[in-house]
Amino acid sequence: MTTPATVVNVGADLFADAIADQAVAVTRVDWRPPMDGTDADLATLAADPLRRTANERALAAMLEVTATLVDVAPASELLGLEPGQFLHAGPPIAWERASGPLRGALMGGAALEGLVDDPEDAAALFESGTSVSLEPCHHRSTVGPMAGVVTPSMWMFVLEDAATGRRTFCSLNEGLGKVLRYGAYGPEVLTRLRWMRDVLGPLLQKAVRAVRDSGQGPVDVTGILTQMLQMGDEAHNRNRAGTLMLLRDLSPAMVTSGTGSADVAESLRFVGGNDHFFLNLAMPACKLALDAARGTEGSTMVVAMARNGTDFGIQTAGTGDEWFTGPAQLADGLFLGDYGPDDANPDIGDSAITETAGIGGFAMATAPAIVRLVGGSVPDALATTRRMHEITLGENPRWTVPVLEFQGVPSGIDVTRVCRTGILPQINTGMAGKQAGVGQVGAGLVTPPAEIFPKALARLAELARERAAR
Amino acid sequence: MTTNHVELRPGAYADSVTLLQVSRAVQGLDGVLAAQVAMATALNIEVLTEMGFAVPAQAGANDMVVALRLADADALDVALAGVDAALRDANRRDDGPTEVAPPRTTASAFRRVPDGLALVSVPGANALVEAMDAVEAGHDVMVFSDNVPLDQEIVLKRAAAERGLLVMGPDCGTAVVGGLGLGFANTVSPGPVGIVAASGTGCQQLLALLDHAGVGVSSALGVGGRDLSAEVRGLSTREALRRLDEDAAVELIVLVSKPPADDVAAEIREYAGSLGTPVELVLLGPGKPDLTAGTEAVLRRLGRDVPDWPVSGSTAERGGGRFLRGLFVGGTLASEAKLIATDALGAASVGSAGHTFVDFGDDAYTTGRAHPMIDPSLRLDHLARAAADPETAVILLDVVLGHGAEPDPSALLAPAIAAVSQPVVVAVVGTEADPQDLARQVHALADAGAEVHLSNARATRRAIELIGAAR
Repeated sequence: MTTPATVVNVGADLFADAIADQAVAVTRVDWRPPMDGTDADLATLAADPLRRTANERALAAMLEVTATLVDVAPASELLGLEPGQFLHAGPPIAWERASGPLRGALMGGAALEGLVDDPEDAAALFESGTSVSLEPCHHRSTVGPMAGVVTPSMWMFVLEDAATGRRTFCSLNEGLGKVLRYGAYGPEVLTRLRWMRDVLGPLLQKAVRAVRDSGQGPVDVTGILTQMLQMGDEAHNRNRAGTLMLLRDLSPAMVTSGTGSADVAESLRFVGGNDHFFLNLAMPACKLALDAARGTEGSTMVVAMARNGTDFGIQTAGTGDEWFTGPAQLADGLFLGDYGPDDANPDIGDSAITETAGIGGFAMATAPAIVRLVGGSVPDALATTRRMHEITLGENPRWTVPVLEFQGVPSGIDVTRVCRTGILPQINTGMAGKQAGVGQVGAGLVTPPAEIFPKALARLAELARERAAR
Repeated sequence: MTTNHVELRPGAYADSVTLLQVSRAVQGLDGVLAAQVAMATALNIEVLTEMGFAVPAQAGANDMVVALRLADADALDVALAGVDAALRDANRRDDGPTEVAPPRTTASAFRRVPDGLALVSVPGANALVEAMDAVEAGHDVMVFSDNVPLDQEIVLKRAAAERGLLVMGPDCGTAVVGGLGLGFANTVSPGPVGIVAASGTGCQQLLALLDHAGVGVSSALGVGGRDLSAEVRGLSTREALRRLDEDAAVELIVLVSKPPADDVAAEIREYAGSLGTPVELVLLGPGKPDLTAGTEAVLRRLGRDVPDWPVSGSTAERGGGRFLRGLFVGGTLASEAKLIATDALGAASVGSAGHTFVDFGDDAYTTGRAHPMIDPSLRLDHLARAAADPETAVILLDVVLGHGAEPDPSALLAPAIAAVSQPVVVAVVGTEADPQDLARQVHALADAGAEVHLSNARATRRAIELIGAAR
């Protein structure tokens, strides 16, 4: 037999030293005990004959999807949302446990829909609960940033996987500061939302449909993501290049839509001046990709990470629609103006779908321009992306990071690897004020609560044991 | 005045070998009379309690315990700083500037290195997960870890068999793969013999004796002690035989094992018969030849001369006492000695009320603790107890050299033997090229008053002879 070229040593360093002494290369694994109480479940899943191929299929399904922008229309038409029905970010939650920013957004949404005249009156409406209902965006093929509140009259982007016709949806981005998704519901917030409903939405619909039906075909959102990752955007907290590329693709059709030039100019100014406008396309593109992996029996891949401001929840490809939840954490980062840590609400929003798909915090290395915004340094950013490869199943060949020699972004979070290494997914996030009505107070980095991964692992292992017993 | 300091560090972790080094480093500090830094496993708590330390009741296996006995309470700060420095130093690696953090899983490591094999020595409860990473990435794996559940061993070996990969272990202490020693392995010259071994120290005895006889070994593949059981059915043995059969350098394959389950034995014999390379079976057990006799059979089959197996030194005068006390670090060496004694003295006289043969490498002694070939303290402690026991007539020991084992075992063992009044017989299992320097080790032990053999079977027979003399 030939002498091994390399030995991967996991465990006692002494044996690695002995191999190095014999002039053979050694790669030393920095092994540490897994998360408490996971030994047996990890062994069960290691032994599960489905796991490896299921994960390969789940990852491949996710990476295959190309998301295109095919329409813009009101939620009432697209989702059949009726007055009194509200979608929100994160796992399911009732008004009683809802955080300040989610309550603020719901109150503003109720005023927008005309259920109340004054948003302050909406609290009583939600407390009684008789004429309103709350449902997670994720349950309606939708994602919403921050509070993620969607009401029937809000206009939504429609993303489609051309290969299957599957669709996902997301509202239009309002900009930063005092905005509904951060829990603000003042008059300026409602005025902006009404303008988006009456002017921006219909204009975008005309433009998106015109582009879709032209020779060039619908806007390739996945393709824009590929490009923006090479232009300093990580597509969660920085979407500047993506927003401008979207404008490039839509603005001729906006100009020729027949809409009045003043409205077109105002719309172009609004979109061009909102660096986060593309986030609301990045998110449903990520969801469209991840949903392709849902329902893969035996797969331990995470298909959604979402927060409602109170709970952080994950779903996996192998556990259907079940949520595994724990308390949402406070982000660590920088604060706007005089705001400080005491003003911040725990983590909120469906936007962690970007990290779930391998961008956002996972692609931090490609966005050095914002490392300080989220309280880090450039070496931290490189280390973060590399560290995320320890908990993911593979790399995305389309979405690459130039500074890491065009290595693909770390893709497909594996519950078993999170439990084995104790490395938690790194999420870039905005911070909402904890009082309803305040709006954004900062931005930073956050991780899920560690305990939700052993919970998901236990369920996956239980299902594996049931299969083995069949 | 002497004070004890015990603190728990929940969530802190280092492997048992690192903690042994840390404990030693701290023991060397001024004002420190005793130091034990260990994970709070049941066994370690017992050891600490015996040392006179009070371990808090809430201590669990995921907590690190720092236990210090100080000449003076003032020494505490210096001692704790010493603990922290030693833990830090143990983790420091002189690999030059490393921008990229090391891999955290075996799967991640194999993304970085395209070929090679894996050596897994994490705790048994975690071994399958790491070993399966290697197999799924298409690599052979050696599992040194013990305490791996049988069903997990079967799953791992079936997955490997589907891919034509070799799993050495679990509980595989020794392997030589294309000349590279893995785990506890002796340095051997390349040669015509290929070994498949279900026993680590049995394999090492063979390597040592063949080396003395001037016969080299191309590869020695461990398969784990349960591989030829009715449950595992020789999955690794078949693959190991196949690999050695493919190796043009191998003229004779030697299979060392306890007798397999009957129907498995038939299957393996049939498989061995289908190979182009002859296979010599060295089966260990009651009524079977010992390892030395097995080696002699191998030499004769190769047409080589059987040399005189070396002996150095002479034992102390016999004293009182009736019993043989065998204290071993090698499991197969312990069972070989016990078999020989049972054969010579009768089953009734061997056991807890008679002659005893303790294997300190047994799972019961190694949970959360380094193997006695690395950490001799437990056996040294028992050696002192046996020496103090008036019933002890003769003490029989083994010393196993090679990569991975203690760098200088005689440094602590020779003075301990010199302090023993009873006759001491030692089997030193090693080759001339081993890093510990076989000749120097043998001299040091012989100078301390022991009779030193290369053959464990010869050492055992000599110890039995000395009991007869003691009667």
